[in-house]
Amino acid sequence: MQPTEFTLTDLVEIMRSCAGVDEGVDLDGDIGDTPFAELGYDSLAVLAFQARIQERTGVPMPDDTVAHMPTPNAAVDFVNQQIRAGVR
Amino acid sequence: MTSAATATPALARGTARAVVTGMSAVTAIGVGLEEYWRNLLDGACGIRPITRFDTTGYPIRVAGEIPDFDSARVPSRLVVQTDRWTHFGLLAGELALADAGVDPAELPEYELSVHTASGSGGNEFGQRELQALWAEGPSRVGVYQSIAWFYAATTGQLSIRHGMKGWSGVLVAEQAGGLDVVAQARRSLAQGSRIVLTGATEAALNPAAFTSQIAGGMLSAAGEYLPFDEAASGFLPGEGGAMFVVESAEHASARAARPYGVVAGHAATFDPAPDTGRPPGLRRAVETALAEAGVAPSDVDVVFADADGRAEADAAEALVLTEVFGPRGVPVTTTKAATGRLVAGSAALDVVTALLAMRDGVIPPVVNVRRPAVDLDLVLDRPRPAALRTALVLARGYPGFNSALVLRAAAPN
Repeated sequence: MQPTEFTLTDLVEIMRSCAGVDEGVDLDGDIGDTPFAELGYDSLAVLAFQARIQERTGVPMPDDTVAHMPTPNAAVDFVNQQIRAGVR
Repeated sequence: MTSAATATPALARGTARAVVTGMSAVTAIGVGLEEYWRNLLDGACGIRPITRFDTTGYPIRVAGEIPDFDSARVPSRLVVQTDRWTHFGLLAGELALADAGVDPAELPEYELSVHTASGSGGNEFGQRELQALWAEGPSRVGVYQSIAWFYAATTGQLSIRHGMKGWSGVLVAEQAGGLDVVAQARRSLAQGSRIVLTGATEAALNPAAFTSQIAGGMLSAAGEYLPFDEAASGFLPGEGGAMFVVESAEHASARAARPYGVVAGHAATFDPAPDTGRPPGLRRAVETALAEAGVAPSDVDVVFADADGRAEADAAEALVLTEVFGPRGVPVTTTKAATGRLVAGSAALDVVTALLAMRDGVIPPVVNVRRPAVDLDLVLDRPRPAALRTALVLARGYPGFNSALVLRAAAPN
């Protein structure tokens, strides 16, 4: 069963498990609009998140989608737009 | 490319000495410098049943595994992104910098270098991702596979973590690389680095790496690592190693750091092809390193041997030591019977161990060896007190690397 919605909680879980957490960063805090880079995640980390998002939601995440997801909230919005548009 | 000719530091002109000012150890008999050293002197042996994977069906099931390594001592982002060998390197690097009293953030970043050696790279990480590739498909391969398993990963992660952006690199020369990086560290100082973090760690206790080593036919099928012993039947691998901080004596003095000792001489040679009839290159490495250090064989107070654990290789090393130092002419020891053979990690660990031996005036014993098959002055059974001014560390690496490093005690203040 593919989920009908992708949440920030889902994303944080992915971030934690596939790239770890930088010292001094609290992913349980208000991080939705903080750029990934400021949370300590480089472009490689964001690519890792994309692969896991695709695996979990079925939304195709080609490498250039990185442009649509500068922050966690932007990433969640992008994935939900794709789900609603039936892109999977 | 930086050229030594454009650099003017004293070291390039041969007028300055490289000293070691901070050290660490991560081994099966102790994580942390003093814990390792205390256990080594106590005769501890870290060869034990492998627990990191199911060894059922493997012909050899013991090795120098580090029990319960606390990966919480490594930043969580890096635990996920790097191999176990890099975890060891990150902890060892941090401990060595702390021991040296160096805070990289306070120094010019382009004058701080990292040079590590690696014999096996990130093969545990690599095996996991390759299994994902072939079992589940390309989309299941993690992105960090692109950086985690290649030899330079530990150097790169240390460089990033500590903001050390000077000339940095990795040397791959099996065991011998762990000594060759010390020479590389000196070159780095000659090119203008103030501080060089150097050494080597390894973590080759995973099915892919262990199976490769078993297939290589050099491991002890009896599951015993007894170098120079009548019962010598090969070696056993281990994991871990050591990192240390190298800087010029002038730089150490200017910041009032107390050196453990001086890097006095190094040489690396390569064995001729087996069918040439020419002798192996170990003796030439020893003699060249002693000559560079300006040290006579009679000045050498202790040798940390390569101690391969195969009868023929042990005999060849014993012959070189007898030719250079005379019959039973120098005390000989090894750490490897206690830790397992750590590829480049052992050579780096032996540098650290030799400097601790000088500091405390005691030679650690070779554990488990009871019946020497060679006529060497092996330090057996218990630590041997000795005033140590000069130590020689040897490392040979498959398929023909030889390196020798001469360390001297720091001049008293």
